[in-house]
Amino acid sequence: MSGLFKGRTWWKRTDLKKRYDVVIIGGGGHGCATAYYLAKNFGITNVAVLEKNYIGAGGTGRNTTIIRSNYRTPEGIRFYERSMELFRGLSQELDINMMLSKLGHFTLAHTDSSVRVQRERGETNRLLGVDSRLIGVEEIRELCPELNLSRDVAFPIQAALYHPPGSVLRHDAVVWGYATGAYHRGVELHQGVEVTGIRKDSTGKCVGVETNEGPIDAGVVISAVAGWTTSVCDMAGVRTPITNHPLQAFVTEPVKPMLHKILVSASLHVYVSQTDRGEFLIGSEIEPYTTFNLRSTFTFTQHSSANALDLVPQLARLKIMRQWTGYCDMTPDYSPIMGETGVENFYLDAGWGTWGFKATAVCGETMAQMAATQKTPDLIAPFRLSRFADEQLVPEKAAASVSH
Amino acid sequence: MSHFSIRCPNCGPRACSEFSYNGEVRPLADPDASEEAEIARLWLRRNVTGLQRERWFHAAGCRRFVTITRDTRTNLIVAQPGEPAGDVAKHA
Repeated sequence: MSGLFKGRTWWKRTDLKKRYDVVIIGGGGHGCATAYYLAKNFGITNVAVLEKNYIGAGGTGRNTTIIRSNYRTPEGIRFYERSMELFRGLSQELDINMMLSKLGHFTLAHTDSSVRVQRERGETNRLLGVDSRLIGVEEIRELCPELNLSRDVAFPIQAALYHPPGSVLRHDAVVWGYATGAYHRGVELHQGVEVTGIRKDSTGKCVGVETNEGPIDAGVVISAVAGWTTSVCDMAGVRTPITNHPLQAFVTEPVKPMLHKILVSASLHVYVSQTDRGEFLIGSEIEPYTTFNLRSTFTFTQHSSANALDLVPQLARLKIMRQWTGYCDMTPDYSPIMGETGVENFYLDAGWGTWGFKATAVCGETMAQMAATQKTPDLIAPFRLSRFADEQLVPEKAAASVSH
Repeated sequence: MSHFSIRCPNCGPRACSEFSYNGEVRPLADPDASEEAEIARLWLRRNVTGLQRERWFHAAGCRRFVTITRDTRTNLIVAQPGEPAGDVAKHA
């Protein structure tokens, strides 16, 4: 087994060139996926991914690894469904075991208004061919006997939106897979290179970046930096509606497999799943105020534990093993901001709040298409930055506000 | 949630969990402003890393709005309600 790893070249540092066709700022899942699809789908390999930290240091390694496509708006559903399609064949394509487990995803409804929202989502999903439906308490009990369906709690479960294709997979493997795939097709990955400025010519067109290792010319610059979007956009003179909020999660000690579904409760603001290693992964809602402080807090552990125990009381005696925090670049309508920015040749892949990991594959594909063809792909046109000025929002709060 | 306390002019120092966050201070509506300026006022945010002038609403208390200056890197409050704003960048 160890021989398999030793025999494999992941990626190596090369010297920075003076010019690239495409420079991607941010070596997370989205950046590496974009580089991979640029090489694979368009044969563009004169590409550099610039990462100031290490590959997968940000949200890619901090999310709770759930992928699903049971969103609320047709624009959102189509987009995330394409990502699911790509993820299904990805372990084979990139030759790395992403340990995709199709567990099935429950969005639990505890109130009448929540039941109504889940029903609406289920109907819209089915109309677009996504396997998703509202189920009652009896069916929930059959599918997930571990769940506490007692009426003797503050907010008894009334129904659930059941999404059988909802899965979890290893987030590190996704970014390593894309990075390796891109590297072996000729893309350069530069860790420890920080972008310090966006260079423009006299007409205001983006022509490259400044870095801590000197200036680089670029045909196209893509910012895929999620929580650091405001810093990069400030360099380019682009303003966005994004604000940074932290999101926390924790895992318990590993135990034998017991919970076979992904549980999300919009009313209790908590979600619970058991990883392939046996740890229970519990996450919650974003913190209510903007901050750039990534300190974990006791209040979070306390509230999420209490709410998780309402759903699965069997976890009461488990010990918490690790707790961590990540940045969420939130947008007002809980949809991403992708594509043109008003600065020519500077494209944005941002506003990934709490829904970024599941979009990794489709973002890579669409942003690569955008950079290669200089045209906005239909799939991401609804997520353009100018939608706020046009008042054409894509409201996904009902499907994305409990952060998973 | 990190815990810090906000000094409400009516109620005294209270936990921030009693307040709801209302975001960074923005310019007031100006009927003569251009459409572009109005769009910026409504939607665009500075999202400051550092000292930020911001509004909080004492939702679980006297229901008064207050303005404070907080360092978003440390969550330390630099100016409580009524105190001088400090060296903050002005809104756009």
